[in-house]
Amino acid sequence: MSKVADSIYNIRLLDELARKNTSIHRLHPVSKLLTTIVYLIVVVSFNRYEISGLLPFVLYPMVIIILAELPVMPIFKRLLMVGPLIIGIGILNPLFDPRGWITFASIIIKSVLTITACLVLVSTTGLDKIAQALRTLKVPNIFVLQLLLTFRYISVLIEELARMLRAYALRAPQQKGVRLKDCGSFVGLLLLRTYDRAQRVYDSMKLRGFNGEYYSYSKSKITWKDVLYLLAWSTFFITARVYNIPVLLGLLFGRMCN
Amino acid sequence: MSRHEIEVSNLRFSYPDGHEAIKNISFTICRGESVGIIGANGSGKSTLLSLIIGILFPDKGEVKVGDVPVTKKTLAVIRRKLGMVFQDSDDQLFMTTVFDDVAFGPRNYKLDENEVKARVEEALEMVGIPHLIDRAPFKLSGGEKRAAAIASVLSMKPDVLLMDEPTSGLDPKSRRRLINILKGFSHTKIIASHDLDMVLEICDRVIVLKDGEVAADETTLKVLTNGELLDKCGLELPLSLQKCPVCGMIK
Repeated sequence: MSKVADSIYNIRLLDELARKNTSIHRLHPVSKLLTTIVYLIVVVSFNRYEISGLLPFVLYPMVIIILAELPVMPIFKRLLMVGPLIIGIGILNPLFDPRGWITFASIIIKSVLTITACLVLVSTTGLDKIAQALRTLKVPNIFVLQLLLTFRYISVLIEELARMLRAYALRAPQQKGVRLKDCGSFVGLLLLRTYDRAQRVYDSMKLRGFNGEYYSYSKSKITWKDVLYLLAWSTFFITARVYNIPVLLGLLFGRMCN
Repeated sequence: MSRHEIEVSNLRFSYPDGHEAIKNISFTICRGESVGIIGANGSGKSTLLSLIIGILFPDKGEVKVGDVPVTKKTLAVIRRKLGMVFQDSDDQLFMTTVFDDVAFGPRNYKLDENEVKARVEEALEMVGIPHLIDRAPFKLSGGEKRAAAIASVLSMKPDVLLMDEPTSGLDPKSRRRLINILKGFSHTKIIASHDLDMVLEICDRVIVLKDGEVAADETTLKVLTNGELLDKCGLELPLSLQKCPVCGMIK
């Protein structure tokens, strides 16, 4: 039960991290968002048998984590949470493909890199600002709002769940979790309660003039630093995509040794 | 423009399940008045507030704010004039910082960012929590949350403040602080509450609801000293007007 309550804090941790004030946090959200998108596209574009070429891409999340002074463990833990899903997707590859272990490894590496990049983006920018950046890039409002409200209100759902579980556990001390025959009404009630709660929150938003557009921060201007950040990383990503840097380094060292 | 800030006439409302929550209620509230709405659980207090601010719409009758009737078309105008503080502050605080929460309303009205900042600071100053401006709302104590929720409404500079149980769940000191803050406001106030002592201190007039109807609409002192009426409506004399438990004297 405490795990449910803990998860509220876990969700909010990324938001808290986003409020730090480092050189990375200060960069314009649009620049960070575009850099992440370029990164994701380049990483995903690799052939499924290519592994060595992916290695230089570890550099990007590592550098940002260090510069933005992000704690490694919470990000690593979140990565682990998605672990079962990634393994589920790739686990059958070794059975059907003679080189399946390579594709399996490639799936895992790609997933780790892309998810870390997204986590790093959220924890250096914050979802409010990402949403603002998406709006600047002309992403339709309905999608942005959906993303923002889901993230914001998932904690409302968890809070209701924690409360109901607490009430249940106190009156059913001898069992673990919710009994199967109670699950139906439990889930149904949870839905109704969160619906009510969401309605109240929505009312309070409407009463304060909310009309579908979310204004969360004053727009700052993109500076040459932001452009440079985007260009430098993009150049690196594309270079690392075109040339296999680990192989080139290997050749170079090989020659020097000979 | 009329002298009446809020005019409620022949209001009726039933919930979709058939429960008739409000049965033919009429009253007017003048500018600057502080009105307490009291009544037992389920007497229709919260429903009445929702009807006034246009969260719900009546089956019959009408609510007017100034000269403007509350309808779906006039909501934008109405809601700039009325500010509502919810019973559960958590319903009202949903941004990542107190600043963003208090700025939510002004930003929706597309005010200039400097003006937004000034309004946020002013509102937080009014409720005595300027030091919490950068804190996360979910980490505040109950009293601080309530103050932040009130600030989030004040930043919109409403003419009328509607409050649903503003003192519920507060410790005595936080409650006292809140009462002092509310006493300092010059807004028209409508306060739905069970905290009769608070109503006694803040409000000049009290409307008593019983089963969706107005059981009394008089000056505060007249209503809150009428033990028989209060008893009939599922209430009792405010503690400060009851006999002393030690010596049995009326305070």
